[in-house]
Amino acid sequence: MRGSRFRWLLPTYLGLGLAYLFMPVLLVIMFSFNDLRGRFNVRWQGFTFDHWLDPFRVPAIPRALGPSLTIAFLSALVSTVLGTLIALALVRYRFRGKAATNVSLFMPMATPEVVMGSSLLALFVAVQAATGFVTILIAHILFNISYAVATVRARIAGYERDLEEAAMDLYADEWQTFRRVTLPMIMPGVFAAFLLGFALSFDDFVISNFTAGSVQTFPLYVWGAARRGIPPQVNVWGTVVFLVTVTVMLLYLRWQRRSALKRA
Amino acid sequence: MTAATVSGPAVSAASAARRRRRIPYLLLLPGMAWLLLFFFLPLAQLVVTSLEEGSLEAGFNFAWAWDNYGALFTTYRGQFLRSLVFAGIATLLSLLIGYPLAYAIAFRTGRYKPLFLVLLLMPFLVPFLLRTLAWRIILADEGLVVTTLQSIGILGSSGRVLATPMAVVAGLTYNLMPFMVLPIYVALEKMDKALLEASADLYGSPFVSFWKVTWPLSLPGVISGTLLTFIPAAGDYVEVELLGNPQSAMVGNVIESKFLNVIDYPAAAALSVGLMVVVVFLVVFYVRRVGTEELVT
Repeated sequence: MRGSRFRWLLPTYLGLGLAYLFMPVLLVIMFSFNDLRGRFNVRWQGFTFDHWLDPFRVPAIPRALGPSLTIAFLSALVSTVLGTLIALALVRYRFRGKAATNVSLFMPMATPEVVMGSSLLALFVAVQAATGFVTILIAHILFNISYAVATVRARIAGYERDLEEAAMDLYADEWQTFRRVTLPMIMPGVFAAFLLGFALSFDDFVISNFTAGSVQTFPLYVWGAARRGIPPQVNVWGTVVFLVTVTVMLLYLRWQRRSALKRA
Repeated sequence: MTAATVSGPAVSAASAARRRRRIPYLLLLPGMAWLLLFFFLPLAQLVVTSLEEGSLEAGFNFAWAWDNYGALFTTYRGQFLRSLVFAGIATLLSLLIGYPLAYAIAFRTGRYKPLFLVLLLMPFLVPFLLRTLAWRIILADEGLVVTTLQSIGILGSSGRVLATPMAVVAGLTYNLMPFMVLPIYVALEKMDKALLEASADLYGSPFVSFWKVTWPLSLPGVISGTLLTFIPAAGDYVEVELLGNPQSAMVGNVIESKFLNVIDYPAAAALSVGLMVVVVFLVVFYVRRVGTEELVT
């Protein structure tokens, strides 16, 4: 590859690839400023700030954001705790049934959402449980667990066991060692698992569609509105969600880099 | 614990060892119980439901109704095959588009690597449905893509992309791109770069170096990327609904409408189980190829 005449090829391709990936993003943002007449926000009709100045105009949107945010927070919290415990077991202990545990954790990640959603609905129908807030929460915790395990596990695998052993040598019991040594070390991974779970839950449509009953989350609202025409306020909120998550991601990366530098 | 302290050091050491052996299982218990209750039990229920018969009015009863599975090969064969074909094409396109992207980021971005990884993932922080709906604008009848395809003769002058299988595949390819690029990137990143130098020193041309060194070493990433793209694609029903037309319906669309609109649980469950069987085959193949240790990473 050295000195090849085609060196420019890959960087150019990378640029084109990123343009391809960002095209829909730019359109979502752009159409939040569309001065639209009619119901379907698909043709550019002029620039306006109106929708940004009146984001609550369609009351169904803030109503749907409530359950979305609550479920995202709770499911991320519970799945992070459960996932962290599993990750600790997998990385630090040898035990019988480890391979089976790994496969069991991989299965939900590899199962199509439509199968996961429909099987949960089949269960809820069979036990005559009414679908709603609680069933969405149960489902979201479920699909978040595997991702939480993967995220925390990557972090635990990278740290030194020496510090824990040192703590144990100094007569710290297992709980103290965990609280004072292990947890602070794996905290960035735990935090990342929480953020990932929050994002996955907030953006989930398919599984919520099966388990929501009459509760409406933000994606469920968008799905319903797509048939009647999406009000531009949806693009406003979509843009807000995008900007907030990008900011959180960048802050997280900066925080992680800083703590990495401090340790080095 | 107090009992162990009074009974002397030997007993206490033995019980401590026993306690230590129990710890991993205690750590696993809550999470794995959740998985058992809300993943494996529902799958079992899905199989049970798929063998029921009856109607919404009369109620559904278990009856070993294997007939429900017949629809997989008769009434819904089209939708089932279409799912596999669409998912196959989308996976192939993702690989063709995504491999060079992963390669470029892994080998050509130097110290800006983290920045490019962030850029790669950033678009997927836009809500999924809005991202997909944006493709309606891109592929619209008078849009740039369609007029370009028409002017170079690939598409007839009245040809469309939106509301055709093309739009469905385009949407799938786009939405699943990170699942393809990331595993390939991870595999390339792990590669020992000295191997490439060795190959060049031995007068291997860039093409030979790629084909004999880079490609085989990236294969685990390619396999897991393929799996993580194909499976969600095969089960998808959002793209068809938002970008396709009823004639391009996939098996996911039938499952969704039978579960939520028509309320024919047994038929929908049978289709769901059919899809899951395909997935299990793929996962088994994957596990045999890659092993279990690196599954959840």
